[in-house]
Amino acid sequence: MDTLFTHVRKKSKTEFIITRIIQFSGYLSILYVSLISLFLIKEGFPAIYSVPFDSVFGKYWYPIESYFSIWPLILGSITVMIGATIVAVPLGIGTGIYISEITPQWAKEFLKPLVEILAGVPSVVLGFIGIQVIVPFIRESFNLPTGLTAFTGSILLGWAAIPTIVSITEDSLNTVPGSYRQASLALGATPWQTIWGATLPAARSGVITAVMLGIGRVIGETMTVMMVTGNAPVVPQGFQAIFAPVRTMTATIASEMGEVATGSVHYQMLFLIGIILFLFSLIINIVAYLVSFRIVKRSERLLS
Amino acid sequence: MVNLALAWAEQYQMLNSDVNISVSGGGSGTGITSLINGTTDLANASRELKPIEYEEAVKNGVLPQEIVVARDAIAVIVNPSNPVGELTLLQISSIYKGEINNWKEVGGDDLQIVRLSRETNSGTHVYFLETVIRLGDFEDKSIFSPTTLLLPSSEGIISEVRDNPHAIGYDGLGYITDEVKMVAVAKDPKSPYIIPSVNTVNNNQYPISRDLYIYTNKNSEVYINKYISWILSSEAQDIVLELGFVPIIAGD
Repeated sequence: MDTLFTHVRKKSKTEFIITRIIQFSGYLSILYVSLISLFLIKEGFPAIYSVPFDSVFGKYWYPIESYFSIWPLILGSITVMIGATIVAVPLGIGTGIYISEITPQWAKEFLKPLVEILAGVPSVVLGFIGIQVIVPFIRESFNLPTGLTAFTGSILLGWAAIPTIVSITEDSLNTVPGSYRQASLALGATPWQTIWGATLPAARSGVITAVMLGIGRVIGETMTVMMVTGNAPVVPQGFQAIFAPVRTMTATIASEMGEVATGSVHYQMLFLIGIILFLFSLIINIVAYLVSFRIVKRSERLLS
Repeated sequence: MVNLALAWAEQYQMLNSDVNISVSGGGSGTGITSLINGTTDLANASRELKPIEYEEAVKNGVLPQEIVVARDAIAVIVNPSNPVGELTLLQISSIYKGEINNWKEVGGDDLQIVRLSRETNSGTHVYFLETVIRLGDFEDKSIFSPTTLLLPSSEGIISEVRDNPHAIGYDGLGYITDEVKMVAVAKDPKSPYIIPSVNTVNNNQYPISRDLYIYTNKNSEVYINKYISWILSSEAQDIVLELGFVPIIAGD
């Protein structure tokens, strides 16, 4: 009896320590995020005082002559983001549905690792392929003055986002109970009607999370856009802006951070851009969270 | 000039096995910032130190010393299929300021001009802005047209000019390959149009050429001064010639 007791005590002691370690690493990530935000705010916030507000929304970004308008950069990032979403979402969800619902088991085992390999292609390699292959192709096929455009960036970033969307879509479709599909098919629905009307809506929260994380990957991507979008800080105008060069926020930080003197106005502006990027991904994550949360709530209500 | 710095370092380490030199790139601004922050012994730069940078260096206890180590010419390049072969400095300036937007205005085909430039952290960018766009006038505050594409590397510029008949670009003579066409440049319409080469730079005929510098701390160690005097030797200057830059002692 005695020995058993000490044994249990010992076990709970190790358990206690392990629990603390896991707890500590959990809190550590919260600490990291708050330290990063604090650092960004500390370095970037003074820019609001050093640069007049209306010049932030001016037309030029040319820091070596103190033109600090971040407006063209924000719009440039949004242009590329929208383009990449249009490329990545249909292809990504389609591939996810195909792998999860349609393809036979042997092909599934072959396709899944391939998609994961696509996710592992370094962005600089993607940019290199872009410069050598996609840029000349786009210039010739659309008869544009240059192939270094937002559209080129959108296609390549779409590729970069597709693996994320495919994996998460596929996972969430897999969690849909088989009984849903059987019920739908038993009611006389075709396989396509089953996917579109029963399986996909049941996995909706996962699919929306997939799209949001894909967009998050796009907005933060740097190397590829820097290589293929031309980096001209022009304010995009109208629909044809997708076929014109743009400069994104990430490319601006990456190409100018190495040169800038610590504490200067230019330095503060680059951190302000960092804050804006941070807010962008925060909003995307909050939307993804709210969407999945709301749908869980409703399904709970239906079940009760 | 990172190619040059690398070649020098490689050769010098081969000759002196006890010396270890590590070179990193990123543009003149990057090197000068590292010198100011004390994270490097030597900063290679293709532009002169700005007064504000000098002040900051002194504040950090670094006394920058300037040494001219080579010369460089900036070549203006176009696609080989472009019939335009000669431009004046003023025409190049107007093209980059966005005042000339079609090749037919300077005697070429009816094609929209696509302007290419290095990123703003490149010494070549600043030099081109001051010497060509502003024609050396310090009062002039004109800048690159915002539609200018800023590419992060020389390779990016060469490959876009090679593939695109609309494009005009510029880069150091050392980076130009046979795949693009160099434009002959004249100081003004009355002067002769000169193609950049080692000869035309050394006898000061080609209008867009400049000195390349190494900055060190005045109170630096003996081994650093030894390295600098080696760079100025004819052996090291041969490397300059091999890489397409212009050696400083050839003209003497």
